[in-house]
Amino acid sequence: MGSFILRRVGVMLLTALCLTFIVFCLTNLYPNLEKLAKTQGNFRMSDEDVARWLDNNGYGGPMLVKYGEWLGALPGWTRETEDGMDGRCIRAAEDPTEAPRFCGIIQGYWGYSTVFKEEVGGIVAKRLGLTGILMFWVLVLMVPSALLIGVLAGMREGSVTDRTLSTFSIITTATPEYVSGVIFIAVFTSSTVGLRWFKGTATSAMENPTFENFFLPVLTISLYGMGYIARMTRASMAEVMTAQYIRTARLKGVSFPNIVVKHALRNALIAPFTVIMLQVPWLLNGVVIVETLFNYKGFGWTLVQAAGNNDIELLLGVSVVSVIVVLLTQLISDIGYVYLNPRIRIS
Amino acid sequence: MEPLSTLQIALRILGQFLPVWIALVVLFAASIRFKRNLGLYGKLFDSVIGMIGLGLVMFWVFTGIFAAMDMIITHGPLDQLSGMKNEPPGTPLPDPEDGAYPWYLLGGDNLARDVFSRMVKGAWIVVQIAPLATLFAFMVGITLGLPAGYYGGRLDTVLSFLANLILAFPVILLFYLLVTPEIVATGVPQYMAVVLFIFPLVFFGVLINSRYRSQPRRNMTVLAIVLIPLVLAYLSLINAQGTRIDFWPLDLFDVPGGILVVFVSVVFVNAPTVFRIVRGLAMDIKTRDYVAAAQTRGEGPWYIMLWEILPNARGPLIVDFCLRIGYTTILLGTLGFFGLGLPPESPDWGSTINEGRKLLSIYLHPALPPAFALLSLVLGLNLLADGLREESLRD
Repeated sequence: MGSFILRRVGVMLLTALCLTFIVFCLTNLYPNLEKLAKTQGNFRMSDEDVARWLDNNGYGGPMLVKYGEWLGALPGWTRETEDGMDGRCIRAAEDPTEAPRFCGIIQGYWGYSTVFKEEVGGIVAKRLGLTGILMFWVLVLMVPSALLIGVLAGMREGSVTDRTLSTFSIITTATPEYVSGVIFIAVFTSSTVGLRWFKGTATSAMENPTFENFFLPVLTISLYGMGYIARMTRASMAEVMTAQYIRTARLKGVSFPNIVVKHALRNALIAPFTVIMLQVPWLLNGVVIVETLFNYKGFGWTLVQAAGNNDIELLLGVSVVSVIVVLLTQLISDIGYVYLNPRIRIS
Repeated sequence: MEPLSTLQIALRILGQFLPVWIALVVLFAASIRFKRNLGLYGKLFDSVIGMIGLGLVMFWVFTGIFAAMDMIITHGPLDQLSGMKNEPPGTPLPDPEDGAYPWYLLGGDNLARDVFSRMVKGAWIVVQIAPLATLFAFMVGITLGLPAGYYGGRLDTVLSFLANLILAFPVILLFYLLVTPEIVATGVPQYMAVVLFIFPLVFFGVLINSRYRSQPRRNMTVLAIVLIPLVLAYLSLINAQGTRIDFWPLDLFDVPGGILVVFVSVVFVNAPTVFRIVRGLAMDIKTRDYVAAAQTRGEGPWYIMLWEILPNARGPLIVDFCLRIGYTTILLGTLGFFGLGLPPESPDWGSTINEGRKLLSIYLHPALPPAFALLSLVLGLNLLADGLREESLRD
C-alpha cells in the first residue's frame, strides 16, 4: 500500500509539472505577451517598443527559463537600471535590498493580477473559499439524493420505481448546466411566469447565503452530476442484488429492507465512491458555468475573467489550483478504491 | 393582423416541420417493415426507449438537413426586421413584404431576429459538427488505444500518461486556452489539426494494408481508392489561405476559421476518453481464444487488432459513440455559451442561449427554445444509447 501511494504521488507530481508547463507555454505565447505589453504600456507601441517592454519586464528569455523562474526553481531575473537593481523578486519584495533570489509558486509568490490589481495568491484564496461553500452544498444535496435514487432504482430491477427513477436520471444527465440553469431562472425567478420563489442572481449569496438566493445555483450544478452517480449506483446495486449471498439471505428468511440495508448496500457503494470522486473535476466545469450564469463571483467566475482579459499570472494561478484539485481527487479515488475493496486490498 | 393564440402557434410550428414528419414516418415505416434484416439497428425497433431515442435524434437530424436547404425556416436567421425586437411569440410582422411569412412564430430576439428560424438553423450546425467530431475522436482513440491495450508495456505507460494529462485539464480551461483569437493567430490549433486529422489516414491505411498484405496488387488498388481522396481532403482541410499553413495549391474547400478550431478542440477533449475505453476493451479481448488462434495462424499484430479485436468490441463502442455525440453537443453548447470559437451572430444553440439569458428576467422566449432543443437532442441520444445497450446485451 505504501509503495502504491508513493508511486501514485510521484506520477501526480510529474503530471502537475507537465500540465503547468503546458498552461505556462500557452499563456505566454507571443501574441498574448504583445497584448499584455500594449494594455500595460500603451496601445500605439511599435513592434520595437513592445520587444523592449517585454525584455525590461522579464518576458524575453527562453520559455523553460521563464517557467523555472515562475515555479521558483530558478533564480528570478535581475537587471541593472539607472535607479538601481530591478528584478522579478525585487518587485515582489517589500524591501528591495533583502529580496530573495528565488521567488515563485514554490516560495508562495503567485504574481500580480493585472485585472484585479491585487496579489494572485490572495484573490485565489478568497475566490476558492466562496466556491468551497458552493461545492459543499452541492455535495450535500447531490450525493445523498443520487445514492438514494440509485439504491431505490437498483433494489428491484425492472419495477415501476426503477423505470421512473432511471428516466429521471437520464433526463438530468442530458441537461447541461446552462440549459437547466436557464430553465430554472425562467420558471422560478422571472416576472413572466410569476412564481418568483428564488432570486435569479447569487451575487448577494457571497456575503449572506440564504435558501432564496443560493438554492438555484446549487440545484443546477447538482442535477447534472446526480443522474450519472445515480445510474452508476443503480448498476452496482442491481449487480449486488443478484449475488449468491443475497439469495442465501432471502432463503434464510431475512426481511427485504434488512437485506438491502445490511447486506447489499455496503458492497453496492464501493463503485459509486470512485464515481463521486471522479465527478469533482466535472463539478469544476459546472461551477464555471453556474457562477457565470448566476453572477456568483467565485473561482469559476475568476477563471472566466482572467482568461477573457488576458490576465496571465492570475490565469496561471487559477490553472494550478484547478489542476491540483483534479489530480488530488483522482489520487483519493484511487487510494479509496483500493482501501474499500477487499478483493484488491488483499491481493 | 392579430397576434396568434398559443394553439395557433403550436399548430403552425407543427405545420412548418411537415417535411420532417414525412421523413420520420418514411424512415420508421421502412425500418419496421425490414427490421429483421437490419441487424442491431433493426432490433432497436423492439424497444420502446430505443424508438423514442431514435425518433428524437432523427427529428433533429432531419431538421438540420432540411434547414440547410432553407426549408422549415420562416425567415433568414440573420434578418433583422424593425419593430420585432423582443416581441412575444406569435407577433405578426408590422408591414410584411410580399411572400414573407407574416409572423414570428416564437417571437423576436434582442436584435429583432426570428427565434424559431435561428433555432432550426442551429440544428444544422450541431448535426454538421457533433457526429463528425465524435467520429474523428474515435479514430484517434482507436488507433492509439488498440496498440496500447494489445502490446501493453512501455507504450501503454506513455500513451496512458498522455491521455491522463489531457483528462486532468478542466475542459473549460482548455477551451479558453485553445480557442482565443491570440492562440489561433499563432497557429497552435492548426498544428493540432495537422496531427489529429492524420489519424483517420493512418487508421484506414493500416486497416486495408493488414487485410490485403498477402495480395500486393489488390492491396495497392484498394489503398489507392481509399487513401487518395482522403489525402486530398486532409490537405485541403489543414491548408488555409493566409495562415501559417499555406503551401498546398489544390485547396478544394475551406473550413471557416472558427469552425476548425472548435472542431479540433472538441476532438482533442474527447479522444483520451475513447482511448481509455478502447484500451480497456483491447486488454480484455486479447485473452480470448480466437485471438490466440489468429496468433497461431501467424497473423500480424495489426490484423489481430483491427480485424479480430475491434469487431468484437463494437457493442460497447457503438453505445459509447451515441453517448459521446450527446456529450459533444453539450461541449459545443458550452463553447457557444462562453462565446468561444463560433462567430457571435451564429445561430448555434449555445450562443443563442447565452444571448437570451441576459434578458431572461423580462423576456423568456429567446432563451428557452434553443435550451429545449439541445435538451431533447441530448436526451434522444442518451435514450438511443440505452436502447442499443439493452438490445446488444440481449443476444
